[in-house]
Amino acid sequence: MKSKDDVLKEAGELRWQLPQDLHDRIAESIHGEAARIAGRSVTRSGGDRRLAWQQALDRLLTHPLTAFPIMIAVLGAILWLTIVGANVPSAMLGSLLVDKGHGWLSELFVSVGAPWWLKGLLVDGMYLATAWVISVMLPPMAIFFPCFTLLEDFGYLPRVAFNLDRMFQRVGAHGKQALTMAMGLGCNAAGVVATRIIDSPRERLIAILTNNFSLCNGRWPTQILMAGVFIGTLAPRGWGGSIAALSVLAVALLGFGFAMLSSWMLARTVLRGEASTFSLELPPYRPPDFWKTLYTSVIDRTLIVLWRAVVFALPAGAAIWLSANVFIGDQSLAAWFVHGTDPFARLIGLTGVILLAYIVAIPANEIVVPTILMLTVLVTGAAGGQGAGVMFETDPGNVRAILEADGWTSLTAMCLMLFSLCHNPCSTTIYTIYKETRSWKWTAVSALMPLVVGFVLCGLVAAVWRSLS
Amino acid sequence: MKPISEHQPSEACVTCPSRQGRLQKLGLRVDDSDFVIALAGNPNTGKTTVFNALTGLRMHTGNWPGKTVGRAEGGFSYEGKKYRMIDLPGTYSLLSASPDEEVARSFLLFGKPDVTVIVVDASCMERNLNLVLQVLQITRRAVLCLNLMDEARAHGLEIDTRNLARDLGVPVVPCAARSGEGIADLLKEISLMAARADDPSPRKLPLDVRGLTQALDKVEADLLEVFPGLPQPRWVALRLLEGDREIIDAVQSGEIGNLVDERAMPQV
Repeated sequence: MKSKDDVLKEAGELRWQLPQDLHDRIAESIHGEAARIAGRSVTRSGGDRRLAWQQALDRLLTHPLTAFPIMIAVLGAILWLTIVGANVPSAMLGSLLVDKGHGWLSELFVSVGAPWWLKGLLVDGMYLATAWVISVMLPPMAIFFPCFTLLEDFGYLPRVAFNLDRMFQRVGAHGKQALTMAMGLGCNAAGVVATRIIDSPRERLIAILTNNFSLCNGRWPTQILMAGVFIGTLAPRGWGGSIAALSVLAVALLGFGFAMLSSWMLARTVLRGEASTFSLELPPYRPPDFWKTLYTSVIDRTLIVLWRAVVFALPAGAAIWLSANVFIGDQSLAAWFVHGTDPFARLIGLTGVILLAYIVAIPANEIVVPTILMLTVLVTGAAGGQGAGVMFETDPGNVRAILEADGWTSLTAMCLMLFSLCHNPCSTTIYTIYKETRSWKWTAVSALMPLVVGFVLCGLVAAVWRSLS
Repeated sequence: MKPISEHQPSEACVTCPSRQGRLQKLGLRVDDSDFVIALAGNPNTGKTTVFNALTGLRMHTGNWPGKTVGRAEGGFSYEGKKYRMIDLPGTYSLLSASPDEEVARSFLLFGKPDVTVIVVDASCMERNLNLVLQVLQITRRAVLCLNLMDEARAHGLEIDTRNLARDLGVPVVPCAARSGEGIADLLKEISLMAARADDPSPRKLPLDVRGLTQALDKVEADLLEVFPGLPQPRWVALRLLEGDREIIDAVQSGEIGNLVDERAMPQV
């Protein structure tokens, strides 16, 4: 009876009797056979109508001079469309769900004689958090995702990867990282899973660790709101939308820069190695099926991501309300934390409220802004609030007034935008990173590295800002 | 034979051409299927579009290689038989080691699908046939789906499918899955192949390397002695002779024996 080792031994010995270049010769014979079979069955008749414009388009989209301006312009256009287009439906949803819906539910609870804490927990906490998330998130997502999917179906993404490949090579990472980062723009967890297309474990790890620098969907609303409420108002009348879009674009590009920088640092230190080569197929451009794409991206992506946000907003809403209404001594839990961390947070251009909001929002970044507003009212007692633990309407003027009451300036908004880019990933992404790497060490690195970058970055910006003004 | 699903199809479904063979899209209901169908092919050839057309699911498709990195599953029923369909990530070959290609390779090798549908891009046959030939080394129960025929026609290409089928030794079905063209024929060929008792004999590669055939015979015989019932022993033998680290490790640890009857691969 033979054993496993005998099999391997025999195979090993036989291997030496075979030609050295066995692998190449087998690959060659496969290629030769494929060419012969194709040659016998495929005939080209007539000219090719489509090749000409496809090649012209490729030349334009991947040309060293035009490729980068076009990429940035395309991303900028999508952002502008999202910011400008989402304003009106967001305000409508806000007035419907937050203003009217909340008032109506409150009356209902009062009229049936529900205890104050039950109404507080369910209506002021869970319902409002959910209503906020839907009105802030749904419109931008319903614009951003379909735009992105249309580009994807058209075949633009591989060209982006092709353009960025050289930059990634230079920093010692894999060119396909460009594709996974593009996926990260939608969702970092999806981006991390997408790194499976990278064969080298070293480069795959770099792609996983740096994916968080792709501004994910949950963070777009924070960026868009901050840019619209604070940065946009710095611009002359009529230019607010464009300036806001540009500032978000700048943050997104900064994220790309950080991804490159951290990839470079990782590739020079702990994850040293040669960049591996790969062949990237540039698929033909295909006209996307507009309505079908719209349908699938709304049903399969927008609603799924929204559902996730709602599922997390419900308990988070309850947690926020409780933290604002459970007292230890003379202060609520939330107030203890906020007052405790405020000095440090102010030093780096943020506020204690922002730090607490980011802890509450670990499960879903989408709820950061609602949480900040609610906590700010709690701490400052700003006008417009409806009692401890209540979030309220989305009117930009009102948002600005509440935040300014807590001492916010354009610096705070800018630092929040930067911190939103550079902080730990959401819990889903962290879990996904663990599942993909099977290593607590790398999971911890991926969670802490952006946080450290965020603190340092905000601190630097705050220091420079203060020395200038 | 009665259709399995109880709900009444709408009129649009009744007049749909794919209904001529009584296709029931079962979506995610894949329990107790009669046959397992694997969907393999190069990246970006429209495997997921074919998958969606058959199962009624709406997995998102994208125009870039590497969109599907995990494994998607769905089901359909046709002429009273239930089929479980697995959409594998696209691969250029079965020799590489990235995690997505490994999923495809392991399933084809050890999942023992009843039929493997190889989806190829009709507008670049030569490149796609490389993988087809490699898959045909592993399994004889295959159907070639010549997808994107609309694009090939726009490129001015004509493909002699009968000639191709004769050369490869497996059925060839021209399709344009996006518009549903050819899906009815594809279903028919899948069901015929699944019901076949004997294995068809597709053309095997002429591996004209001196001494290779004898070496393969020896290692294959050894493998079958140690791991009776091992699927695709000849392919494993070839990988051993080529020094494929992963396969050597799998033999060393005996793991390859565990794979003998395993259909469940890690789920995404």
